[in-house]
Amino acid sequence: MRTIQVSEITENIKEMCIEANHFLTEDMDKALKSACDTEKSPLGKQVLAQLQENLTIAGEDMIPICQDTGMAVIFLEIGQEVHFEGGLLEDAIHEGVRQGYIEGFLRKSVVKDPLIRENTKDNTPAIIHYRMTAGDKVKITVAPKGFGSENMSRVFMLKPADGIEGVKSAILTAVEDAGPNACPPMVIGVGIGGTFEKCALMAKEALTRELGIHSTIPYVKEMEEELLSTINQTGIGPGGLGGTTTALAVNINTYPTHIAGLPVAVNICCHVNRHATREL
Amino acid sequence: MDKHIRAPFIQEEIDTLKAGDYVYISGTIYTARDAAHKRMHEGLERGENLPFDIKNNVIYYMGPSPAREGRPIGSAGPTTASRMDKYAPKLMDMGLKGMIGKGKRSEEVKNSIIRNQGVYLAAVGGAGALLSKSIQSSEVIAYDDLGTEAIRRLEVKDFPAIVVIDKEGNNLYEMAAKEYRVI
Repeated sequence: MRTIQVSEITENIKEMCIEANHFLTEDMDKALKSACDTEKSPLGKQVLAQLQENLTIAGEDMIPICQDTGMAVIFLEIGQEVHFEGGLLEDAIHEGVRQGYIEGFLRKSVVKDPLIRENTKDNTPAIIHYRMTAGDKVKITVAPKGFGSENMSRVFMLKPADGIEGVKSAILTAVEDAGPNACPPMVIGVGIGGTFEKCALMAKEALTRELGIHSTIPYVKEMEEELLSTINQTGIGPGGLGGTTTALAVNINTYPTHIAGLPVAVNICCHVNRHATREL
Repeated sequence: MDKHIRAPFIQEEIDTLKAGDYVYISGTIYTARDAAHKRMHEGLERGENLPFDIKNNVIYYMGPSPAREGRPIGSAGPTTASRMDKYAPKLMDMGLKGMIGKGKRSEEVKNSIIRNQGVYLAAVGGAGALLSKSIQSSEVIAYDDLGTEAIRRLEVKDFPAIVVIDKEGNNLYEMAAKEYRVI
C-alpha cells in the first residue's frame, strides 16, 4: 500500500489548471506551427500567425490563451495499491480547481444549475472521471474544455448496417456543422462503440491523445488519416475564414458494443486543445 | 483590404466595408454576452431603457478572464455569436450598428444587418491574449453581479477584426469556404 495525502492532489490540480490554460503541449504547438507553413489561404495563414503570436503572449505575460478557460475536466487513473489520507479525494479535486481558477486569474464559467444559471464564482464543480489501474501510482490529466467547440459536439446512435461509411459521414457532418463556431483548426476526438455514455467519454479522452500518435488498430488508423484529409478539403479553414487547415488531428478510440448498436460520439475541440498530465 | 474604422461606427465608414475586409477598430465598444442579452431583453419587455445608448454602437460578444494587477483586462477573445441571434435583430432595429463575435449567424440576423445597414465582424476565436493587447481600458457599466458576463465599456485601439457579413448581406464564411472546398 502507498499512502498519498489528498492535499498533494489539490496542489497538483491547482498548478495544472493554471499551466494548461497558459501553455499548450509540445505536440499542439508543433502542429500549429507546421499548419502555418502549409496553409494555402493568405487570410488563413494570417489567422494561424495570430494564433502563434497569441501563444507567445499567453506564455510570456501569463494571460490565458483563450478567455474561455473552460470547465475543468479531470481524468484520474488510480493504482489500486494507493490509499488516500487527509480527507475526501473528490473534495480535494474540486478544491484544486477552485484554487487554480482563483489564483490563476482564470475565468469562472460554471453555473450551479443548468436552468437557473447562477455562477458558482470559483469554476467548481469539476467534471471528474476515475479509473482504477494496477500499481501504486496516480495519473492526473487536467483538460479545461471551452464550450464554443463543446456546443458543436454530437452523439449519433447509428445502426450496425450504417457501417464504416455511416461513421465517417457522421463525423464529417459534425465537423461541417461546427464550421467557424468551433474555432478551427480543430482537434476531433471520436468514440466508436460502447454505450451512449461510453462513446462520449472515449471521444473526450481521445482529445488528450498526443497528436500524430495513431490508433494501434490498423483500420482505425486508416480512418483517422482519411478523415483528417477529407476534413481539410472542406474549405472551412483557420477561423472558418476559408483554407486548407480545418483540423489538426482526428483521434478515434473504440470499444466493444451491443449487437444492435453502433454509437458514435464526436467531441470537437478548438485549436486551444488544452491538457496537462502528471503522475504522482 | 485593410481599413481603419472608428467606434461608435460612422455610417459612411460602414458603407465602404465588404465581406472579407480586414479592419482595425479604434474607439469605444461595449461587451455583452448570453446573460446580459437576456437581461437587456427582459428589461425592454418591461418598458425599461437599455443600460447604454445603443445608437451607432458596437457590441463585442465577449466575457473576459479576470485582469491581473496593472492590466486593463484579462484574456478577451470573442464568443460564439449565434447564441445572441435571438436578441440581435431587435437591438439592430433600435440602432445597434455592429457586432463582433465569431461563427455563423441566422437568416434573421443577416436580414436585420441589411435592413439597418450594419455589419457583423469576427475576431479570431481563441486569440484572447493577443486581442487583449488592443484593449486600453475596461469599465463595468451594468449588471456587475453577472461577473464576466457584465456589460463593459471598452476603449480599443486598432482592434483587429474581419468583416463577415456586410450591409449587402454578403457572407464571408460561405464565400471563403467555397473557394477552398475540394470535396
